[in-house]
Amino acid sequence: MSKTKLKIENLYKIFGPRGKSFIDPVKNGMSKQELLDNHSHVLGLNNINLDIPEQRIQVIMGLSGSGKSTLIRHINRLIEPTAGAITVDDEDILSMSQLQLREFRRKKTSMVFQKFALLPHKTVAQNVAYGLTIQGEQESIAKEKSHKWIESVGLSGFEERYPAQLSGGMQQRVGLARALATDAPILLMDEAFSALDPLIRTDMQNILLELQKDLHKTIIFITHDLDEALRIGDNIAILRDGKIIQKGDPQQIIMKPADDYISDFIKDINRGKVIEVKSIMQKGSSKGTSLDSSCSLEDALKVLNNEKNNECSVVDNKGKKIGKVTLDAAIGALFREKASRNKEKYK
Amino acid sequence: MDWLAEFPSLGKRDLRDLKKGIDGSFREWSRSNGDAIEAFFDPLYFFLVWLEKLLIATPWPIILIIVAGLAYLGSRSWKLALGSVVSFMLIGYFGMWKDMMATISLISVSTLICIAVGIPIGILMSRYDRVQSAITPILDLMQTIPIFVYLLPVVMLLGIGRVPGLIAVCVYAIPPIIRLTNLGIRLVDKEILEAADAFGSSYRQKLFSVQIPLALPNIFAGVNQTIMMALAMVVIASMIGVKGLGMPVLQAVQNQYLTLGLMNGLAIVALAIIFDRVSQRYGQRLQAHRYGKEHE
Repeated sequence: MSKTKLKIENLYKIFGPRGKSFIDPVKNGMSKQELLDNHSHVLGLNNINLDIPEQRIQVIMGLSGSGKSTLIRHINRLIEPTAGAITVDDEDILSMSQLQLREFRRKKTSMVFQKFALLPHKTVAQNVAYGLTIQGEQESIAKEKSHKWIESVGLSGFEERYPAQLSGGMQQRVGLARALATDAPILLMDEAFSALDPLIRTDMQNILLELQKDLHKTIIFITHDLDEALRIGDNIAILRDGKIIQKGDPQQIIMKPADDYISDFIKDINRGKVIEVKSIMQKGSSKGTSLDSSCSLEDALKVLNNEKNNECSVVDNKGKKIGKVTLDAAIGALFREKASRNKEKYK
Repeated sequence: MDWLAEFPSLGKRDLRDLKKGIDGSFREWSRSNGDAIEAFFDPLYFFLVWLEKLLIATPWPIILIIVAGLAYLGSRSWKLALGSVVSFMLIGYFGMWKDMMATISLISVSTLICIAVGIPIGILMSRYDRVQSAITPILDLMQTIPIFVYLLPVVMLLGIGRVPGLIAVCVYAIPPIIRLTNLGIRLVDKEILEAADAFGSSYRQKLFSVQIPLALPNIFAGVNQTIMMALAMVVIASMIGVKGLGMPVLQAVQNQYLTLGLMNGLAIVALAIIFDRVSQRYGQRLQAHRYGKEHE
């Protein structure tokens, strides 16, 4: 586990003119509905605690209205919290002055937006250089850097176009290049690929994962799409009604959903593709073929079926044996655990 | 039951005293401060006179070339440039050249003043809601109060002539540019502003590199409206001694000179159309980036 880059502790956000005065009732258990009905205030975030590790992709997933966009905007203080603490590299974000905050936003974070939010009156090159320009970077350096990032997102030749002349996917590449150009260690992505159609979304995910291999940024990625979350997330936190209801890596979420809400969420995923053999590994070892610990069930099944005793060893990325996996276990994992017996549905 | 039929009003004598009192004190104030205020506006006066003389002294072919050039630069349309030149030639041919130059100088100076004063006010209004709610009623007042009512104190202060005329024109013509600057900046997409904030822009950077450029089409619509309203004031301004195309119209009204009125009136219309079309085309070109592929 790598070092914690960003720490969110006991974070609350209550929207409304007198938000602060409802902190104590909310801490004492006043519900979102109650707050809304009786006091016309909206509980945006409810006691968020999250440690975001350095150089990993932290996905925050939730449906619309769950507070995920509100949460990500707290990290660069586009929204001020009602109570709680946020620290980046042990530095308290919330005590920063306006000037410090501006410097923090320039050097430490950058952001990609759902609806791209490009400057329509500036060319692609000017858009990508925007972050550098407002930092007062020399024009030649800004130009050089922006050119490099335009190339890395595959938009060479489009430097002098205007955003309106590009397709949605290309516009978001500009948005990504703009965010990367400032070399900020933290990248905030607010439903960055949600507005794109599925094929282009997969394209963009590939670009991001490919870039991340070299860049090792701390990425906070907001999405409402489970497949996307499982695909790119090193860690996932699931948000509902302003509360984190489960956090963990993708395997944990699928193998041990915290409640019915999440079970329901994950019921339609292709388990064969998502579950990795390490999640169903047992102690011991076996002769014959070895499987990589991150091998998917789908691939493992074929190998297991061909083995004489339907068993394989599991090896980690250094080739060391760490356990074994059986065909029975693999088949068993393909089936979704039955929904809990008492049929009490989540609200 | 008499009191029901008659509205309870201030007594005639009290009312007269009140009016007299205010009139008297304003007159006194204007007498004692009139010179200082006039001195304050002197630079404006000299500039106005200088521009007018310059325009009149410039040989007419040069003016025509400048007009054609400006019209083309603004609109990128040969038709419009040609139309402007033909209109100017017709107006000159019918003996209104000098008056037209006077009117153009008045319109130019008042438009410049309105831009220089109006845009900063509009920016302030867009930044602070409080400023907006303080200034909006003043703009409403400026646009609805009968022109003659504020013409009167201006004349009492500054007498008759170009400067009071200019001030009257500006008071009438400045609201649109203030309103549209404010509106334009407020209409800029919130998400784009959020992006600018997220990258750490200062207020100034946001204003000059995002808000104003994106508000330009609206600001320009304001400039266009301001020019139109300034032209509409030409005749009324001539009542307090402003020379130009308005003066003959006023004479025509007073003496029933049908042709004189019509000619000068049509000259004003021609000027208005030229200014309007050129500035509108220019405003449209400013938003070229919105039309995507057409931009190339």
